[in-house]
Amino acid sequence: MINDDILIVKNLKKYYPVSKISLGKNRAYVKAVDDVSFTIKRGTTMGLVGESGCGKTTVGRTILRLHEVTGGKVMFDGKDLTEVSSRELRKMRPQIQMIFQDPYSSLSPRLPVGEIIGEAVKEHNIVPKDQYRSYILKVMRDCGLQPQYFYRYPHEFSGGQRQRISIARAVALNPKFIICDEPLSALDVSIQAQIINLMKDLQEQYGYTYLFISHDLSVVEYISDTIGVMYLGSIMEMGDKKRIFANPMHPYTKALLSAVPVSNPDVKMNRIILKGDIPSPINPPSGCKFRTRCPNAMPICAKKTPIFKEYEEGHRVACHLYSQD
Amino acid sequence: MGLLKKLKRGKIEGVDNTTYLTLKDERRISKENNKIIKMYEKEKNRKHVPEEEYLTQMRDPSNVVEFDNLHTYFYTDVGTVKSVNGVSFDIPQGKIVGVVGESGCGKSVTSLSLMQLVQGPTGQIVDGSIRYQDKEGKCYEITKMPKDKMLKIRGKDIAMIFQEPMTSLNPVFKIGDQMDEVVLLHTEGATPESAKARSIEMLNLVGIAAVEKIYNSYPHELSGGMRQRVMIAMALSCNPRLIIADEPTTALDVTIQAQILELLREVKEKINGSIMLITHDLGVIAEMVDFVVVMYAGRIIEKGTVQEIFHNPKHPYTIGLMKSRPGSHNITEDRLYSIKGQVPNPINMPNHCYFYNRCDKAMDICSREYPAMIRFSPTHFAACHLYNEDGSDKSEEEKERR
Repeated sequence: MINDDILIVKNLKKYYPVSKISLGKNRAYVKAVDDVSFTIKRGTTMGLVGESGCGKTTVGRTILRLHEVTGGKVMFDGKDLTEVSSRELRKMRPQIQMIFQDPYSSLSPRLPVGEIIGEAVKEHNIVPKDQYRSYILKVMRDCGLQPQYFYRYPHEFSGGQRQRISIARAVALNPKFIICDEPLSALDVSIQAQIINLMKDLQEQYGYTYLFISHDLSVVEYISDTIGVMYLGSIMEMGDKKRIFANPMHPYTKALLSAVPVSNPDVKMNRIILKGDIPSPINPPSGCKFRTRCPNAMPICAKKTPIFKEYEEGHRVACHLYSQD
Repeated sequence: MGLLKKLKRGKIEGVDNTTYLTLKDERRISKENNKIIKMYEKEKNRKHVPEEEYLTQMRDPSNVVEFDNLHTYFYTDVGTVKSVNGVSFDIPQGKIVGVVGESGCGKSVTSLSLMQLVQGPTGQIVDGSIRYQDKEGKCYEITKMPKDKMLKIRGKDIAMIFQEPMTSLNPVFKIGDQMDEVVLLHTEGATPESAKARSIEMLNLVGIAAVEKIYNSYPHELSGGMRQRVMIAMALSCNPRLIIADEPTTALDVTIQAQILELLREVKEKINGSIMLITHDLGVIAEMVDFVVVMYAGRIIEKGTVQEIFHNPKHPYTIGLMKSRPGSHNITEDRLYSIKGQVPNPINMPNHCYFYNRCDKAMDICSREYPAMIRFSPTHFAACHLYNEDGSDKSEEEKERR
């Protein structure tokens, strides 16, 4: 049976102990990811948005098992990634790749570009040895890198070019699924557009599935099919891109959307300005995590954690405002 | 043949050796640089400079700061980087002027020149003038001001908010101590008690709730938004006439960015000052500023009021910049518009239009000379060959001729 969902994340949890010394059972944890569930369909893009410190990067990294999970399941193509042995995981690695945020620190300064892209290709025997060079050059061409860059070193490139190298490195392994962890935030606006177009072209050509982690809502709106909004380790709202942007339901999503500056001097936004900062994840508020900053907070929000439930088809919200009806 | 020789003779395929410098070249450049730098430093380090030398007149008395044909160069060992290459614009009293551009286009160096904080000795203001008018209407020429006199202006009349609040606050001193220092330095007859009172007043002004607690904490104990508030409070504590905000919200989340922008606007009203807002986010510009200056590779390519720039952009770079931002107006298009290529190498700038290689509408003349500033309205200027001197479009004229 062909399963249409390439990735199913179920109740994913990742806790970090705060101190090594534990006194009795009251050990404190940072609940970086707390009960996150979502599915991604093959060939689509899911955007994950939220403020810094909300755990969106940790979600990406735990899926790849760069961090061990505390609880929950990650089903990739029918296999549970949290349970496979390290040898099996190694075999699966080419299928799931990651593009990191900072192109300045994620490329080895000592390897020329061809080596950076080709290192894992050699390691996993993606192509026969005699085709190796032509294969790398083809990947480089796909990613808009000229063939003479093969022998150059990363320091000779600008941020946008480096991000192209990172993308080429991920793409060279023929992955099915690519996790993009804020790939644009270190780049200039005119370069961002180039990289977005490159990622879209590659998706069309090779059918990649992306998990696109970003805090930039307008970019996420452009590139994603579905969107999950995270706050303090939990997903607050999730659904189809159009539904979320046309009809945001959770007060946090509303505030987030209204906070984006609009490039039109005549439009005066009716802005919802949230008070204060994101609370500490060591000691999150009881009940609904967002209640301390929520403009619509009610007494029930402090007592009960809202259930993440479907409000309309493909649009799920965790908020008490919608639980009565 | 050794690798170095091969490199020199361009015998390795694919290696671009136009930027390759031999050790000899490098030594020669560095020797020339030293001579130039020495000359500028000598001029700067003079003692007892008479006041007449740095007093001037403003072109328009309603301006706080006027940049006039400013050139700031960096003399590095690989060549001269012309970071700011002929920049002129005004900051009127009580208005917000936004400076946009990509990283490396010289927007930060422009503001640092105004503060006399350009990283020396390699960085030098080579030509042009920056005029500043203080509260009494006295007018100073910042580029010629001696260092000790500048101390009285910097931080007091012209204050700066930096991009990264963590690196610009001292981690080993409490917030309160750092804030008091500013007040003690710049206010005559200030006592530690009055300084503390002033600091607390300012922290209140920027909307910090537990003021006493923040006053006694260290920078690492605060969140990013809180630190940026402290930076703003510190900048405000001496009633500045001009606040330079260098990417004040780039390191912050959108919800916090909305808070900080709101705060900056309120604060500007309260102190009746001007703001020079440096950013690369066009959304922030549209929302905050009165005048926009668009910079590219060290030069101003377009400037005007915010209405003119957003509704009627003239330069292809400005137009491209607006189109390349994903937003509701172009979400239906399948591909996002993107400006091809990248900013030219800052060493060896070409003598034609800097945007020539990336421009969709490039013509013959663009590869020959740098375009002059063309006036479209009393406030709107752009440097582009697409337009005639009276501001009409050349391409339309050609169409008519056909």
